[in-house]
Amino acid sequence: MTLSVALNHQFPGFTLDVNFVAPPGLTALFGRSGSGKTSVINAVAGILRPDQGRISTADTILLDTSSAINLPPHRRRLGYVFQDARLFPHLTVQQNLSYGRWFARPSNGPNFDDIVGLLGLQALLQRRPGALSGGEKSRVAIGRALLSNPALLLMDEPFAALDDPRKAELLPYIETLRDQTQIPILYVSHALPEVARLATTLVVLDQGRSLHAGPAADLLADPDLAPALGLRDAGAMISAEITAQGPDGLTELHSAGGPLWLPQIASPPGTRLRIRIAAQDVILSRQRPEGLSALNIMHGQITEIRLSDDGALVQLAIGAEHLLARITQRSATALRLAPGDPIFAIVKSVAVAQKDIGKR
Amino acid sequence: MSDWLSPDEWRAVALSLRVSLWATALSLPFGIAVAHVLARRDFWGKQALNGLVHLPLILPPVVTGYLLLLAFGRKGFIGQYLDQWFGLVLAFKWTGAVLAAAVMAFPLMVRAIRLSFEAVDPKLEQAAGTLGASPAWVFLTVTLPLILPGVIAGAVLAFAKAMGEFGATITFVANIPGQTQTLPSAIYTFLQVPGGDPQAFRLVLVSIAVAMAALVVSELLASRVARKVAGR
Repeated sequence: MTLSVALNHQFPGFTLDVNFVAPPGLTALFGRSGSGKTSVINAVAGILRPDQGRISTADTILLDTSSAINLPPHRRRLGYVFQDARLFPHLTVQQNLSYGRWFARPSNGPNFDDIVGLLGLQALLQRRPGALSGGEKSRVAIGRALLSNPALLLMDEPFAALDDPRKAELLPYIETLRDQTQIPILYVSHALPEVARLATTLVVLDQGRSLHAGPAADLLADPDLAPALGLRDAGAMISAEITAQGPDGLTELHSAGGPLWLPQIASPPGTRLRIRIAAQDVILSRQRPEGLSALNIMHGQITEIRLSDDGALVQLAIGAEHLLARITQRSATALRLAPGDPIFAIVKSVAVAQKDIGKR
Repeated sequence: MSDWLSPDEWRAVALSLRVSLWATALSLPFGIAVAHVLARRDFWGKQALNGLVHLPLILPPVVTGYLLLLAFGRKGFIGQYLDQWFGLVLAFKWTGAVLAAAVMAFPLMVRAIRLSFEAVDPKLEQAAGTLGASPAWVFLTVTLPLILPGVIAGAVLAFAKAMGEFGATITFVANIPGQTQTLPSAIYTFLQVPGGDPQAFRLVLVSIAVAMAALVVSELLASRVARKVAGR
């Protein structure tokens, strides 16, 4: 199912003007704080009523200001995971999870025990929200939203309040949701690594406008977009498959650009992964280097070069996918790089952090 | 207890309990509604409503009682219709004592409940809405349980105030033994006659006992509910 969003709203001193389509999968709304992400998601939820707009799924019009349609939140059949969890303090975890089921919604929703199992909530059921940690609250909030049998899942930086280890624990749950359910997920975030790992579609917001919208892999590998995403965080994703676990703590993977060795990934051979490689961690070389400590040498072809005061962003084709490299203008000139040239991209194994490796 | 108190004294205690319970029970829905409106809505005339609710708190009780007599007396501009249409007469009846006690206790009840409304995070109600709850269900399943400590506090405060109400009651329904003579009116009457001090003192003890019991019960209830509402 697909969600179409077009809205225009005038806040005092701030205009929201957004237009995008979210296909099945996870659509990330990415932008700095204050770019209007939460307003967009609130408009989809029906909490904010935009001046003008049309929001619709395949079979339902949630909002159409031109024909005065505006479904109230409780009739939009959506699950909203708020930044601050918003669990009901007077109910137990079990009652919080079941809350959405008290209301008349199609009964063929997800099975209670399945969701409890998926999110690891079994031990928490009899507790009250006041006795839960931040990560546990987030998991319960996700479970509660899913169990209301939504046609659409909204997540507003659900992990913003969590530290990195907690976040790393929860990201796999979101990947599972994305891959195992047919519900489109609208996910607000200002953390690019998180977006790169989770998103199938990316919408970049800047000062209330949707600058770009499209498949996440394409946008993340677009050198023209890298400044808007943040040069330090810019980086593309390539897919790879685990082929073997090395005895020295490394995992061997097969990619379109050649074999890769990365710090141990605890998954069996055959697992397909998507790996984000930060543009500034990529070294380019004309010849296949010898006697080098870096293990990963991928062969590809230059497709695009973008020069600016901040240096050169080079996009490489690795098989059908793209990699982004950020080098100095001086290096780009000295190597006389040009689109179409064959090139070797070198990446240190340890440059790829565990949080950059996601399920395919 | 009945041989310790004389029949007249016992009737006054029973009447006061009955009047106070009815006054509290009947005004509670209105108290919740008015507190909700004052806490959550913005509208023209909100300050006027707020002032009207608080009026019995700042007016001399005798004035409130007299105004009630003007409005709800048998010839009053509301009272005459209540009599004609429903055969309901309030002035000089125990039912009028209920009205007087309810009006006098109303500001205290509304204040307590309003504070608890203001303490409820509207974001929780929003969350309930996204989970499919209509506004009425949100109120019943989220807002009401969360304001319950305030509702209990408001009800107990109103009950205690109703037990002690004197000025408006005696002005509106007078002091007829067995009909409108409440506990405070009875104490007042006994103090007016020579040698009535022992009777008055017994009723004072009853007053203190009822007030303390109400306080203890409300504290127990409120702390239980508060623990639940705090999410622990």
